[in-house]
Amino acid sequence: MDEARISRHGSRARLWLAGGWLLIALLAAIFAPLVAPQDPLAQDLMLERLPPFWLSGAEPGYWLGTDSLGRDLLSRLIFGARIAFIVAFAAALAACLVGSTLGLIAGYFGGFADRIISRIVDVWMAFPPVLFAILLVAVLGTGLSSVIIAIAVIDWTRFCRVIRAETMGQSRMDYVENARIAGYGRIGIMLREVLPNVVPSIVALLSLEMGIAVIVEAILSFVNLSISTDDPTWGGIIAEGRLSIHQAWWVLVFPLVTLILTVLSFSQFGEGLRARFDPVLR
Amino acid sequence: MNALAKSCLDIRDLSAVLPNGLRVLRSVSLSVQPGEVRALVGESGAGKTMIGKAVLGVLPPSVRIVEGDMLLEGEDLGKLQPKARRTLIGARTALIPQDPLTALNPSRRIGPQMTDRLVRILGWSGEKADTRIRQLLDEVQIRDPERVLKCYPHELSGGMRQRVLIAAAFAAEPRLIVADEPTTALDVTVQKQILRLIAQLQREHGTAILFVTHDLGVVAKISQKVSVLYAGKVVEEAETAALFAAPQHPYTRALMAATPRYTDPLASLKPVDEAVLAGLAAEIAAADQAWRHPHG
Ligand SMILES: Nc1ncnc2c1ncn2[C@@H]1O[C@H](COP(=O)(O)OP(=O)(O)O)[C@@H](O)[C@H]1O
Ligand SMILES: [Mg+2]
Repeated sequence: MDEARISRHGSRARLWLAGGWLLIALLAAIFAPLVAPQDPLAQDLMLERLPPFWLSGAEPGYWLGTDSLGRDLLSRLIFGARIAFIVAFAAALAACLVGSTLGLIAGYFGGFADRIISRIVDVWMAFPPVLFAILLVAVLGTGLSSVIIAIAVIDWTRFCRVIRAETMGQSRMDYVENARIAGYGRIGIMLREVLPNVVPSIVALLSLEMGIAVIVEAILSFVNLSISTDDPTWGGIIAEGRLSIHQAWWVLVFPLVTLILTVLSFSQFGEGLRARFDPVLR
Repeated sequence: MNALAKSCLDIRDLSAVLPNGLRVLRSVSLSVQPGEVRALVGESGAGKTMIGKAVLGVLPPSVRIVEGDMLLEGEDLGKLQPKARRTLIGARTALIPQDPLTALNPSRRIGPQMTDRLVRILGWSGEKADTRIRQLLDEVQIRDPERVLKCYPHELSGGMRQRVLIAAAFAAEPRLIVADEPTTALDVTVQKQILRLIAQLQREHGTAILFVTHDLGVVAKISQKVSVLYAGKVVEEAETAALFAAPQHPYTRALMAATPRYTDPLASLKPVDEAVLAGLAAEIAAADQAWRHPHG
């Protein structure tokens, strides 16, 4: 009883902390032009490698310092959040839609449909994902939509596998049989009876996948395969920061911290939501 | 023939096999008259649940019916199109399951779960179904229906869940209810109440029940007729009183000898007599032989 209460408190705290960070980052991304203190692209050689605000030599208005071209780091991170969130939402939603649908069908109908879908998933997962992503972007060309497509194409299998297994477990339950006896059709049962029971897992996976999409986008930007324009991306900033680590550590550390916080928040937020959504865990 | 046509449920020579050719049901014949409780008793694995599932049209895909007919109120289920069969079974039958937890959808509240079904089966308005459900909850002696209707299944005790399922089973006034070991998963203290409740509702609604159990004590309490099942084969059928007064088949006698008596705890440790089982095995082997070579 006590343990359950503690874990419930824990999960609530996780949900609020993670959700809080994501909300701040999301709002900053949406209202970037309003909240960013500087133009993220404006270079000023007079202001290069300014340290963050608590160190001597910092300039007011450049809270997290500047990079080697004198661009404001905080503003670049805020504008980078735009791309991170666009990729997170679009790629995760696409992967979720495809993967969950196929997983639901394979798990519920079993038999032939399941054999085909499971086979495809197995073959798909034989490719190492990062290599797969780089290959896809190389074929599709760089750009925001290629990155989104690449992530969705690679990661739908994650949804498919988990949702298939969950659906299978649910389909064996007597309530499904009961609905059959009452005369409900198969597709109706799949959507009305089974689907609601796998929704908590779908939500948790979706959030996790958003975090993964943020990382993959960062990796692709890091190796300069993501967006070809000058738009700042977290991965791109990290790549630049790596080059000036000895002169300006903050250019590497702040985007890394931002990235890690965001990715962790997505996964914790997902777990928290699952606990919220699931009537048995609640 | 006329008497048979009036049966609520009539199973004739039903055989079913697994993919490996093993027979799970061996020419089972069994009938349930309107308003009567027919017990189906046998050890675990005898095929009792299979018979129930066959009647309700929810056999696992691996189990195939190879011969026999099932008539529900005179309608041959095998002759109906799948959709018509589903509709007929949905309208005329219901199940009181063994495990009241998994028989309720964990993510849906009790109220909508119960009313949905009535709306679907009887084409009633939601309001009318709601009234009906409340009436049934009252009949199964649930004192705080408002709370129960708003609950998720896991928020109720096992006994309460089974009451809900009994209410749901009787709500659409089916002609036949299959009760598959409805008290097995419950606490001993609750078992008696639930059994009494089923018996009471059965009497008041006049519903025929195919009552599956492994417990002869339960058979004696609830049924008018009984079929004894062993390895998918009906070895004896009789009026319940007659069966207890004078069991005919050696297996029935052995089962009775092995049934725990509450006054003598040691009696429960006695297994079914080996010689009887050996005899049965031979009998079933002979029957299978005859079944495989009907002309030779
Ligand atoms: N899904 C299934 N597929 C194949 N065989 C099954 C399945 N379920 C049960 N069986 C087998 O069918 C036989 C009858 O099982 P069942 O009807 O559940 O017995 P009972 O209800 O009398 O305990 C058993 O031998 C069991 O192993
Ligand atoms: Mg059983």
